[in-house]
Amino acid sequence: MLEIKNLHVKLEEQDKVILKGVNLTVETGKVHAIMGPNGSGKSTLSYVLSGRDGYEVTDGSALLDGEELLEMEPEARAAAGLFLAFQYPVEIPGVGNMTFLRTAVNAQRKARGQEELSAGEFLKVVREKAKTLKIDAEMLKRPVNVGFSGGEKKRNEILQMAMLEPTMCILDETDSGLDVDAMRLVADGVNALRDGKRSFLVITHYQRLLDHIKPDVVHIMADGRIIQTGGPELALVVEQNGYAEILKAHGIAEAV
Amino acid sequence: MSAVEKATPLDARLGALTIPAGSFAAKARRAALERLTAMGLPGRRDEYWRWTKAAELNAADPVAAAPFMVEETPVFDSFDRLKIVFRDGVFDAAASDPLDLEGIEITRLAEAPELGWAAGFYGSLEEAGQTPVKRPFAALNTAAATDGVLIRVTGRPSKPVSLIYFHESDISDPILHNCVKLEPGAELTLLENGPAGARFNKVLEVDVAEGARFHHVRAQGRDHDRRAITHIFARVAERGLFKSFTLTANGVLTRNECVITLAGDNAVAHVAGAALGDGATSDFHHDDTVFITHDALNGESRQVFKKVLKHGAVGVFQGKILVKPGAQKTDGYQISQALLLDDDSQFLGKPELEIYADDVKCSHGSTTGALDETALFYLRSRGVPVEEARALLVLSFLADAIDEIEDAALKDEIVARLEAWLARHRG
Repeated sequence: MLEIKNLHVKLEEQDKVILKGVNLTVETGKVHAIMGPNGSGKSTLSYVLSGRDGYEVTDGSALLDGEELLEMEPEARAAAGLFLAFQYPVEIPGVGNMTFLRTAVNAQRKARGQEELSAGEFLKVVREKAKTLKIDAEMLKRPVNVGFSGGEKKRNEILQMAMLEPTMCILDETDSGLDVDAMRLVADGVNALRDGKRSFLVITHYQRLLDHIKPDVVHIMADGRIIQTGGPELALVVEQNGYAEILKAHGIAEAV
Repeated sequence: MSAVEKATPLDARLGALTIPAGSFAAKARRAALERLTAMGLPGRRDEYWRWTKAAELNAADPVAAAPFMVEETPVFDSFDRLKIVFRDGVFDAAASDPLDLEGIEITRLAEAPELGWAAGFYGSLEEAGQTPVKRPFAALNTAAATDGVLIRVTGRPSKPVSLIYFHESDISDPILHNCVKLEPGAELTLLENGPAGARFNKVLEVDVAEGARFHHVRAQGRDHDRRAITHIFARVAERGLFKSFTLTANGVLTRNECVITLAGDNAVAHVAGAALGDGATSDFHHDDTVFITHDALNGESRQVFKKVLKHGAVGVFQGKILVKPGAQKTDGYQISQALLLDDDSQFLGKPELEIYADDVKCSHGSTTGALDETALFYLRSRGVPVEEARALLVLSFLADAIDEIEDAALKDEIVARLEAWLARHRG
């Protein structure tokens, strides 16, 4: 369970406040979606939760299964069960995708006091999971994300998620840059990981991803806060009417 | 100008040396001494030595340097190879394998009485490499080398020849000269490792005949306080291939010069280096100076040099591609990059292209940068601890240079050395 309370965040090097008191609880096993216009603070929320540099938390807390995330190093957050699927997955030339995956899996196992997987065991698991995401052997051999298409990069993110088996997954605009088929493939990968124990926070601009990954709860974020919360139908309202009406009802100027 | 009467640094330097007499190389040694006397040792105003101080190489005696002690299996140890061992520059017969391998003739420089092929070869590529840039330490080497190996490759030997240079005495000052002549269609992998001494002067001359292939992988040893000045002179004939990779980790002062001429059509020459320096333990100054001449049609050359520097370490790259008139369809590539792990370190790069043909493709790039913070965060967000993530990104940075090693097992061996160094130099 992820509990975010009164989270205030500003940019470290500027006086720009981005999150202005975010309150959000994602219960165990649930899928929550956050929608919102550009600049509302959605991506910042995902970065702050996963521990990226450049942000200063001025108030509030974020507990993952009762543990304070905000005081941990990024790798400790990952070991605690948090995973962020990046909007723009990073290319790492010279490091094989397989080496990267194995290093990550074993680092987390080590941090949790589990035994590291042998090369053979690892290979078996990774091949199985890659197959369902239509990731071929060639893609596993290539350097991390180098020369991958947009869809391949996102599938690679989901593969990492499947291998690392986090309890709390944040998907930051995973639908951006994907065509319909690629989106379905990614959504299927995510849905395969829904097991009633794993929680998801799906950040998106558009309702279309939520056709494939059905949320339990939908939040609207604007101007650094959650301004409205509802069921899946809220996403449909946004899709039909845009954000303007909701923003107006909360007294927020449209162009942030 | 009249002759200068007072003793020069060169007089002092030569005074400290005993030039081996006799043997087939006597004439070449005399000629080299004349060249050296005419050019003198590098001075402060020497443009080619602007970024690397020659004083410690010029001095009559070496600065003392302790051997590096660490519990680690020596590089290439697990490889099936023909071992030739030198300790502080002195041949160790007991530690070496018999100099006997099918497809290859190996003789020691110190032992060769009359060696037909080597008589005209010893020092010849060094001499040719003195134009247009003077390389005094190479001439000094040809004149004064006490030993080395003379290798003639006629076939495709079943295993690499491996030169191992142990460093045991704090004040050793070895000068070794190796010659490799590959006959048409022959192929050899030459491995070199070890610091060799407190101050090491080494020359390698390689003649690659038509269709022959030469692979060279060396690791210069991990001694922090050693000094080294090395030269490679190579000539590549038609369809010949020359590939050289050097790993340098530690060393107060290293200057590696590489002078290659693509003399025949469709010749290929790749030279690469990965250097790692941590100024926290000792000073680190590493200089790669490369000069590649295209003198035939359709030649391909690549220079790939990467340096990882921290705690005041200094990296230098002077790389040149010269395309002579008529060397059409040349494909020349050069990249030199430094990864600075802090604000104290420094990289000085001078890429040069000089082109006298009109139908060529030549490119060069030189960059200096820090670790990519976004990539670091990406790895950490996957649970990779920060130091491990940094190490992975350093290897990522070095990958292009390491990829110049063709043999996968040798590549893995070098990567393992890099990983061990990174583990020793965290923070």
